[in-house]
Amino acid sequence: MRRALSALLLVFLAATSASAQLAVRGKKIYTMAGPVVEDGVVIIREGKVAAIGRAADVAIPAGFKVLEAAVVTPGLIDARSVVGLAGYFNHKHDQDQLERSSPMQPELRAVDSYNTREALIEWVRGYGVTTLHTGHAPGELISGQTMIVKTTGNTVEDAVMVPTAGISLTLGPGSLRGGGQSPGTRGKQMSMLRARLLEAKSYLKSLEPREKKPAKAGEEEKNTPPVNLGLAALASVLRKEVPLLITAHRAQDIASALRLKKEFDFRMILDGGAEAYLLIDELKKAGVPVIIHPSMARFNGALQNASFETAARLKKAGLKVAMQSGYESYVPKTRVVLFEAAVAAANGLGFESALELITTSAAGILGISDRVGSLAVGKDGDLALFDGDPFEYTTHCVGTIIEGRLVSEISR
Amino acid sequence: MLKIACTLLILTLAQWTSALAQEVPHAFTGAKIIPVEGEPIEAGTLLVEAGVIKALGPAGKVAIPATAKRFDLKGKVVIPGLICTHSHIGGIGGGDGSGPVQPDVRIYDSLNVRDSGFRRAVAGGLTALNIMPGSGHLLSGQTVYVKLRGSKTIEGLCLRDKDGRILGGMKMANGTNSQRAAPFPGTRSKSAALMRAEFIRAGEYRDKLAAALDDPEKKPPRDLRLEGLVEVLEGRRVVHHHTHRHDDIMTVLRLSREFGFRVVLHHVSEGWMVAEEIARAKVPCSIILVDSPGGKLEAVNLVFKTGGILEKAGVLTAFHTDDWITDSRLFLRMAGLGVRGGMSREAGLEALTLAGAKMLDLDKRIGSLKVGKDADFVILNGDPLSVYTKVLETWVEGRKVFDRGDPDDLLHAVGGYGAGVDQDPYHCCFGEEGGGR
Repeated sequence: MRRALSALLLVFLAATSASAQLAVRGKKIYTMAGPVVEDGVVIIREGKVAAIGRAADVAIPAGFKVLEAAVVTPGLIDARSVVGLAGYFNHKHDQDQLERSSPMQPELRAVDSYNTREALIEWVRGYGVTTLHTGHAPGELISGQTMIVKTTGNTVEDAVMVPTAGISLTLGPGSLRGGGQSPGTRGKQMSMLRARLLEAKSYLKSLEPREKKPAKAGEEEKNTPPVNLGLAALASVLRKEVPLLITAHRAQDIASALRLKKEFDFRMILDGGAEAYLLIDELKKAGVPVIIHPSMARFNGALQNASFETAARLKKAGLKVAMQSGYESYVPKTRVVLFEAAVAAANGLGFESALELITTSAAGILGISDRVGSLAVGKDGDLALFDGDPFEYTTHCVGTIIEGRLVSEISR
Repeated sequence: MLKIACTLLILTLAQWTSALAQEVPHAFTGAKIIPVEGEPIEAGTLLVEAGVIKALGPAGKVAIPATAKRFDLKGKVVIPGLICTHSHIGGIGGGDGSGPVQPDVRIYDSLNVRDSGFRRAVAGGLTALNIMPGSGHLLSGQTVYVKLRGSKTIEGLCLRDKDGRILGGMKMANGTNSQRAAPFPGTRSKSAALMRAEFIRAGEYRDKLAAALDDPEKKPPRDLRLEGLVEVLEGRRVVHHHTHRHDDIMTVLRLSREFGFRVVLHHVSEGWMVAEEIARAKVPCSIILVDSPGGKLEAVNLVFKTGGILEKAGVLTAFHTDDWITDSRLFLRMAGLGVRGGMSREAGLEALTLAGAKMLDLDKRIGSLKVGKDADFVILNGDPLSVYTKVLETWVEGRKVFDRGDPDDLLHAVGGYGAGVDQDPYHCCFGEEGGGR
């Protein structure tokens, strides 16, 4: 009986994916993997790009649904967001992006807080965003983990691409605590982080004998430490399995992040980086990519010296740069990465480089280029459709496709 | 004595030179001029003298005086100076928290003219603002209408009527922002009840004043709170009312009808649900479009189509920055998003200019490019609604207050190291015109 049900399910799945066979014709297709294809077509089969080229050269198979748009791009990637953990009501019940009970909680998983039915996910999906790097917000010294999801899915298990994509760390005023609590100064921030990373180092070392020579049954507990979720998370950072996503804006705080990286040798992504233009050589030397603050982030507090042109300056200097929607605590509750890249495009970056910020560059920094970020045979069939230049204020996103399924068709 | 004489002489000289500078007519030729009132003029000429618009028309139709200083704007676009009906720049803070109704508080007593926000505002093409206290009160105080003409003092920025009275409105709010612990209201009903009681008291005070005629013996003692409210009841101060939800909007209309005060609805996130009702009440709307709905309960139904729906319903509609909610440098973007949401291009541009001027009772002076109006205008390098377009210059009353070609102005236009701290007032470009530094 059970087997019969499974068979039925398989048939059903096959039927739904068959209905998702899709062809998209575009007057201009920005594949981001080669030159622009004029009057082109993308064929999506079983959720993957099966063919791409000029409409004259690529035949659309019989039975495929055909969509058309003036401009087609890869599905957009928001390289740093809190959407899904942060909800649009902005009330206690839908704000799971920041746990205030302790300044360092690297064990908090993003998957355990993600609400797939959050209205803001649908909102950004309507503007072509198909992949989100979302999770714990800046605002505590170590606020928790981040993950990468597609902007569809009934459950987080459906949505997730990378369950632990980074661990969020904040330097500078954003994670200082008042009222005599630590960290109360920048110096204390660094001493707390160093102490915890040293602890993680010892923890990692204590795991090694067990890993080199698996214990026999009944011997596990001997000479091995009890599992510590926080230290285990940081151990994965020291093993370079997971990057530290360090939010820092002032040049001074960015320099502290680089100092920490030098001491503990981990993979680092700089998040925010309002004054990163002052440390371009240092960032290059350290090989640190930057997920730059939203172009339209408010230029006050730690961002008082931010610039619309930072993305352009960093990219021209050869740094890897991606754009983010960031973290908003009020109105608007989230920014839209398409709009942020648009302002970067208009401020020194130009159209194609700005599009890279939210496609190929984002995928590269997040380590998901094998699946998303560009349109090439074998990659995920994630596309964004527009009725004009995607960055123009008056252009509309007319469709969003994820793995061959049309997931948004309201013109926005 | 000598010192006083010298000072007087310097003062007189300063006035004389600055007046002289304005006497030289300025002729701007070759640009596409979008006057907002009237049809766009391809390759038009704009003639400015003594801070006002002297003439405007197609090339050849405007006589340029021989003495005029000429500016070749071929390939550029000229639009009226942008007017923001709702701004919080100037480091004014959120407002005093001692009580929910504070009609005695004047925002210009809180304003720092060296706040870098002023430099960013002119970089965005803004020339006139309504600066308001926050929305955390039912009535948070008197607003001020300013011209971004560059001054070391707030007195120099204020707009005044012909009697020298500083112009402004009154800021009110309902919905969730003003609901807090006592003495603030805890519900919407209580919010309305508190305001009704205040207006009734103000009405009584007004009647006592009227009964006393000019007899100082009979006049009630001065009451700063009630004086402010009387100005509202008499229509000398327009109420600028923060309101988002459809039912809160209807409450504002109800109170406005009961007490007869003039009102502009601000934000109006759910205005699209009651557009007909707003149109029937003949009440204008100053709206804001932000990049996503929510952030608070009363804004979860915010949509980009609001402007288009209000336009079709016949409601006078303006945009505002609500700076710091949105950045003044990107105010043109608001019209772009409005058009994206279904507004006509014409209404989109009007919502940045003339519509706002009407809401501030300033449309006789500003809001469009028209002979006799103040020479407040913006020079762009392209389509006003394109993301790629830049504000090249901003002019207020015939003087250039922002020049993207000036490195210090550029710093404020795009940001960078040092842009965020308090700044000198922006008389960067007044030197060449004869005034300022």
